[in-house]
Amino acid sequence: MTTTVTPDAAPARAEGPPGRLRRSWDKYWYAYAMVAPVVIVLGTLVFYPLVRGIALALTNATNRNIGNAVIPARYSYVGIDNYTRILSGEDGQFYPVLLRTLIWTASCVVLHYLIGLTLAVMLNREFRGRTVYRVLLILPWAVPAFISAFSWRFLFNADGGMINTALGWVGVGPVEWLGPTNTVLVAVIIVNVWLGVPFMMVALLGGLQSIPLELYEAAEVDGASPWQRFTNVTLPGLRSVSATVILLGTIWTFNMFPVIFLIARSNEYAQILVTYSYNLFYNGQLARSAAYGVIILSMLVVFASAYRRVLRKQGEVW
Amino acid sequence: MHTKRLGGLALGRLALGRLALGRLALGLAGALALGACGGDDGTGNGGGEVSQDTSQASGEVTFWDTSDATNEAPKFKELVARFQTARPNIKVKYVNVPFSEAQEKFRTAAQGNSGAPDVLRSEVAWTPDFASTGFLADLTESLGDTGDYLETPLSSNQLDGKLYGVPQVTDAPALLYNKAYLDKAGVEPPKTWADVQSAAEKIKSVNPGVQSAIFLQSGGYFSLPFIYSEGGDMLDVDAKKITINSPEAAKGVHDAVDLVKSGAAKADVTSDSYNNMMKAFKDGTTAMIINGPWSVADIKTGKAFKQTGNLGIAPTPAGSSGKSGSPVGGHNYVIYSQSKVTDAAAEFIKYMNSAESQAFLARELGLLPTRKSAYDQADVKSNAEVSAFKAVLDAATARPWIPEGGGLFAALDTEYPKALSGRSSPQQALDAVAKAWKSGVVTDYS
Repeated sequence: MTTTVTPDAAPARAEGPPGRLRRSWDKYWYAYAMVAPVVIVLGTLVFYPLVRGIALALTNATNRNIGNAVIPARYSYVGIDNYTRILSGEDGQFYPVLLRTLIWTASCVVLHYLIGLTLAVMLNREFRGRTVYRVLLILPWAVPAFISAFSWRFLFNADGGMINTALGWVGVGPVEWLGPTNTVLVAVIIVNVWLGVPFMMVALLGGLQSIPLELYEAAEVDGASPWQRFTNVTLPGLRSVSATVILLGTIWTFNMFPVIFLIARSNEYAQILVTYSYNLFYNGQLARSAAYGVIILSMLVVFASAYRRVLRKQGEVW
Repeated sequence: MHTKRLGGLALGRLALGRLALGRLALGLAGALALGACGGDDGTGNGGGEVSQDTSQASGEVTFWDTSDATNEAPKFKELVARFQTARPNIKVKYVNVPFSEAQEKFRTAAQGNSGAPDVLRSEVAWTPDFASTGFLADLTESLGDTGDYLETPLSSNQLDGKLYGVPQVTDAPALLYNKAYLDKAGVEPPKTWADVQSAAEKIKSVNPGVQSAIFLQSGGYFSLPFIYSEGGDMLDVDAKKITINSPEAAKGVHDAVDLVKSGAAKADVTSDSYNNMMKAFKDGTTAMIINGPWSVADIKTGKAFKQTGNLGIAPTPAGSSGKSGSPVGGHNYVIYSQSKVTDAAAEFIKYMNSAESQAFLARELGLLPTRKSAYDQADVKSNAEVSAFKAVLDAATARPWIPEGGGLFAALDTEYPKALSGRSSPQQALDAVAKAWKSGVVTDYS
């Protein structure tokens, strides 16, 4: 069986490039035909917009000079002008927004992980109604994001929203959650934590269940306290799962658009890089918005490769 | 594990022989090619031209209506249905698009040349913007008979001597008040912001349910009655100058801030402010608001206005200059320049915007007609709200209709709430608006 699919590439290689290409085509043309749709779809959906975005970031395009079926384009190439204006801090927004993005990402991911881990450990044992609890805790994840966002907007409403009503009972005066202050950032972090915990919980619960019970038994026999069992068995056992979900969580949170867009709208105290870039686009600043997009992409690429290197040093393979 | 996967591969190879795959590829290519050729149904002109005589036009017209989906849209649908009876050879596809999304949605569709409607109900500030980027058909020939229209609403459709739309409705925010509350307090509708201040205490003391005398919402558009009332303006178009941070404009914003500080006004500075304001007024927890004729139908559904005639309408209060200023707004019917059924679209607009149709909307919804002749119709004349708003409109301030006008409110929407909540001074807030306009909206202004 194995022999039928092992490509006999060695003799082909000996014949030199043209023959090899030819033979490869004759032999695998159907394989190319099979991947062609994927290549075409990815090309149109990913590579073309990416290249176009990078090119657009080097121009002064706005929605008034971009051109269309009727009016010819009137924008021109301006080199790295957009980048110098953004990175030098001249536009007055980049560094404040970046700082807010980092605060947002760090607090969301830390809270996701800690709460998710706590819930996962709590659910990882036998007790009555465990299934019910699990289903209830996964619910936020199952509800479409826009429905939860609108529900939260109602809760946060300054006039008679549930949260302010409850705060009123304990004598805390109405908080303008979604007003032009930093409390709006707290509000969106609360919502995003609520939304993101189920994923962490499910992923970590899976990780917990893959830790062999013998390890716990052995630790117990050796007289390890529950806390020692947690730090020396559970946490190391969760390492590879944690590494993956934290990386994913960081990238998702960094780029989390719907929560901020639907709850805080264009409130500038809640804008992170992606939503700020969207607002620029919405207000017609196409080139600057594209430049922001490229900067965001570069940051994530650098982050992901640095993170991978750290993991590889620790001996993780993925 | 291994054998299983390999087995699957081998099986796939057997099933998909060369012939079968070749046919599959052909079929796929064929389907793609077919999908690419769209059918062009409908007769008449296409591609931005509208014939002078469109009476024989037919086809399917898509109409994006931006009116309020619960209170206004049913009446617009009724008009569409009447048109369908009158002109069965033109089929209208009615789509209600939320006002807050329509500008960007239309721009995106028109820019990509796919999915844009044939007819759009376009806000007055969007119209010159869309026209200057080539998205709107020139209607000078077909709908050029404009003598019956009011001058200011009509002018938002004109750019470089051409006509790009016809005014559907016009409006100007007014001071809306709860008559019962003001009568009980024995106060007249305030004529100036200072009057609002002095009336507030009386209103609140005799009406226990009232939490604030006036509820101010923080949308940038609603800063204009304050700014105009002190003689300020957004731009000086002739001198190409940004005037939003002038001392007069700052004084106007000061008037608003003073109302909030003194406790006469409640200001909601969140993105829910419009809805919260409407809720407070409808529920009777506030006595006055500033809003336009589009809100009348909605207000009348509120429990504080169950009794007919409880809604009072007065010009927006004046500032220290003694002048009241309210921005002229409204909506226009426009045709997408790449529409394939421009002639049928023009016919549709003619019907939708006839004096009778406008009178119908005025009677049913209290919307202000843009045709002079519509005001002469008996049931418009006798409509108390329409005549009250007409008085406001006659004294209102025309806004500059420039292509960049559609982008002016984003910065004002961000900065005005900061001033209202006291986080920046009126001057700081307006300076920030001027800076944002200079860097991204009207870059060639000084």
